[in-house]
Amino acid sequence: MNDKLNFNQIQLVSLVLLRILIGWHFLYEGVIKLYNPSWTAKGYLLSATYMEGFFGWLASDSMIAVTDTLNIAALIFVGVSLLLGFKSSWGSLIGIGLLLFYYLAHPPFPGYPLGPSEGSYWIINKNLIEAAALFVIFLFPTSSFVGIDRLFVKKEITPSTT
Amino acid sequence: MAEDKKLFKGFSRRDLLKSLGGIPILGAVWFAGVNHDKKSKLERDFLLEKLNIKATPPPESGPMSGEPLRIGVIGFGIRGEQLMRSLGLATNEWLEEMAENERKNPNDMRLADFKAQESLNVKLSGICDIFDVRAENALRSFNTNDNTCKRYDTYLDMIHSGEIDAVIIATPDHWHAPMAQAAIEAGIHVYLEKPMTHTIAETYTLREACRKNPKAVFAVGHQHRQTQSFLTAMDALEKNTLGHVSLIMTTTNRNDDNGAWQYDIHPEASPETIDWNAFLGTAPQVPFNVEHFFRWRKWWAYGSGLSGDLLTHDYDRINCILKMGIPKYVTASGGIYTHRDGRNVPDVMHVNMEFPEFSTGGTQRESKENGMTLVYSATLGNQFERGTVLMGHDASMKLGNTLSIYADPRSTKYRDLIEEGRIDPNVPIFQYDPSAVSGVDAVTSATAKYFADKGLLWTYRDGKRVDSTFLHIREWLSCIRNGGEPSCGIQEGFEEAIAAHMAGLSYKIGRKIAWDEASESIIALPGEDLDAILLNNEV
Repeated sequence: MNDKLNFNQIQLVSLVLLRILIGWHFLYEGVIKLYNPSWTAKGYLLSATYMEGFFGWLASDSMIAVTDTLNIAALIFVGVSLLLGFKSSWGSLIGIGLLLFYYLAHPPFPGYPLGPSEGSYWIINKNLIEAAALFVIFLFPTSSFVGIDRLFVKKEITPSTT
Repeated sequence: MAEDKKLFKGFSRRDLLKSLGGIPILGAVWFAGVNHDKKSKLERDFLLEKLNIKATPPPESGPMSGEPLRIGVIGFGIRGEQLMRSLGLATNEWLEEMAENERKNPNDMRLADFKAQESLNVKLSGICDIFDVRAENALRSFNTNDNTCKRYDTYLDMIHSGEIDAVIIATPDHWHAPMAQAAIEAGIHVYLEKPMTHTIAETYTLREACRKNPKAVFAVGHQHRQTQSFLTAMDALEKNTLGHVSLIMTTTNRNDDNGAWQYDIHPEASPETIDWNAFLGTAPQVPFNVEHFFRWRKWWAYGSGLSGDLLTHDYDRINCILKMGIPKYVTASGGIYTHRDGRNVPDVMHVNMEFPEFSTGGTQRESKENGMTLVYSATLGNQFERGTVLMGHDASMKLGNTLSIYADPRSTKYRDLIEEGRIDPNVPIFQYDPSAVSGVDAVTSATAKYFADKGLLWTYRDGKRVDSTFLHIREWLSCIRNGGEPSCGIQEGFEEAIAAHMAGLSYKIGRKIAWDEASESIIALPGEDLDAILLNNEV
């Protein structure tokens, strides 16, 4: 799929920009948590308003260390992958998964309690929109044009052009 | 190498830029993240170091080894059953009910928590309850093939049976002191529910009995003394974090029948199943009355209303932290405004306790600050949570299961830090949450505050609850086995009882009641019998 897409300049720049912005966001969230030893997702998970059983299990004493580590690792992987353009389709899929977790723990469904937030939401919130944006990045990959993946594409292309 | 050259062959500088252009962005974002954490950690460490408050866990009470202690329980009502569970003894009915609850709701941890509780190495050897249904209920569960548990007709029979080492007393207030005194004088250890006494005179005679029989370990059931946040609060006050505390607000906020002592009346209650004369004791002789028996807290004859039942908790919580002792003056007012059902104890009550010579320490000019008021404000007709707040010149402390300290905008101690923007008076400078991972944190953001307040707080309560009554009973058992003084012994109980009686008296007389420290007595007018006033059912 990667090699078949051809974008014009503006399309390419827009898609790369979107990829970098989201990568930036993920990476910063991951790094902040990585270097803060007292950070834990426990509060967020235990205050879940939907699928409480599942999120409660993730927050349980036997699971919380694994949950926290995986969350940080995934955030950083997604961030690095999108920023560098390396395995970006994996990065975007994992990113979508993470965002859906965050979304489902505190979904802005009608009748569900809304925690403190900087805006007003009904069914759709920024987690869901970011997940949708990542789906676009997954469908329209740009890392073979701008990103480390370009090195590997070039490697395959090089012989035929000489 | 040849491969490498081949790899980059046909690569322009533009290609390289397009391939590796993300790296500097990655570096910048990573650096910014690390830097942010470092900065907030520095700020947090700075505050914690400055405040130097230690979230010390309570000293663990000693081992529960040796021969099992033979416990007798006097009063197997609502509180008696709860105390038995803290001892590790639950009735079959309760176990079945909790198993059913657990089946219906897997998050109901009451049974699991009970089963996980450490064994206290005791056996229930005696039960004394003047309501046959309750006594038989206890025997059915506790008199088994493995354990002999006898029912005694009177508490004196049990105390003098020679088959009991210690008693737990959970009876109506008017029986507290006579039973405790008889046990102590017989050398039996006593765990007594609050309030310690029902009259002023009893407070002195019970103290005398304890002084004469130091081998019998006496503890009053103020389980709050085991709460970790209170020990942390003590440390914060010792470090003068709050400056001079001039006002303390404590509150009771309840709005349901149970909270207003409208307990269930058992259908099998009758003069045949209840030893009515044993219930009355020294109380006015009235005909059999089920409401008096089951809802005794509503009458001065057997209970002491808000001042004895609930003020005592709040007073002892503060006395545990500040050790301010008996107030010099007490004024109280209130009335029966929410439950006009024939009761004669107030259901709305305000008590002001004055400590004119007491100070937690100041930060301003010497001799400028001295003296403190403790306000207890209670209603049984609204449950808006007003909490407990200690208000000092430099900071305020909100005290509960968690503890938060907010700097005062006009503080002397924190003036410079507030001006530099390093302390925001709207965000706690210190927060202690025993359920949080690190346990202690100087909160520097509103988000952290949200999680500390909401998520972790209630989970702690509903999830991994520490049963403070269990810890309190364990401490008493440890003093029996290994020596030492219970945290709420006869002196603390004496102060609690006198303070509560002063409040009850002021409510009834409508005058400021004074304590004379030199003679250790409540000041009465000539010819005034304070105990008669306290017990009077007509006021």
